[in-house]
Amino acid sequence: MKNKFLPFSIALIFVIFFIIFYKGLRNTNIYTPELKTNNEIPLFSAQLFYSDKIINSAEIFNSNKFYLLNIWASWCVPCRQEHSFLMDLSKNKNVEVIGLNYKDTKINAKSFLEELGNPYKKIIFDSDGVKAIEWGAYGVPESFLIYNNKVIQKYLGPLNQESIEKIKLLIK
Amino acid sequence: MKILKIIFIIFFISSFGQIKANEESLKNKITKNLRCLICQGQSVYDSDSEFANSLKIIVDKKIDQGLSEKQIYSFFKDKYGEWILYDPLFNKNTYFLWLLPLLIFLIGGAIIFKKLIRKHK
Repeated sequence: MKNKFLPFSIALIFVIFFIIFYKGLRNTNIYTPELKTNNEIPLFSAQLFYSDKIINSAEIFNSNKFYLLNIWASWCVPCRQEHSFLMDLSKNKNVEVIGLNYKDTKINAKSFLEELGNPYKKIIFDSDGVKAIEWGAYGVPESFLIYNNKVIQKYLGPLNQESIEKIKLLIK
Repeated sequence: MKILKIIFIIFFISSFGQIKANEESLKNKITKNLRCLICQGQSVYDSDSEFANSLKIIVDKKIDQGLSEKQIYSFFKDKYGEWILYDPLFNKNTYFLWLLPLLIFLIGGAIIFKKLIRKHK
């Protein structure tokens, strides 16, 4: 009885290990951030871009309304690409586009907006990138679709025609 | 009296330095355990990317606010998920990971113990 038990248990351990490693092999090890979320938006106070007023996040985001928070910077090249799509979206009445100016200088950011237009209802000024981290952002550009104080969809990288169409469907 | 004063000042300065040093080493410890998500194979401590620099500022702020190491980790975990921590926290998803080496050690020990007893007999 004893003699049979030991080889059996060793074999069992090997089988378990084999299964674990085999499953591990099949798992992709490329990290992909979660895009579909249902997280509450962070509470913070921030400086507004034009008026320099310190404002609470609760004053920006009302419930029962769609918001698109777009993180951008004048030094970010893909932000130029997506800007025309944001301009297009800003004409839509169902959504308010809010900007978060990331690690930028006001002079550069202002000339960027003067050149390409300003799609933002409000702009949060984030000179050291701390507010963007509060949102769980990775870099620029990045956009968050918000409804009822919850982030319902994240967009990493520049928005394109396809994602704009999807946003328009979601906010209908 | 003068000597007392000097001693007091030296004590004050040295203790102040120690507080700063402790904070600095705690900051280093935390940032070394945070994965720089936009870099390849670098911790936040190692990286000089925009993302990592912002994270360092936040770690600094949180330490100043008096948050513990664990609270800071859970803050980042909430924002970015478990992946941001190099050292995964002990929870129901990771207990197998943590207990497996211990388990193997115990099983191995048991086998050796059994063999030894058998030899003695």
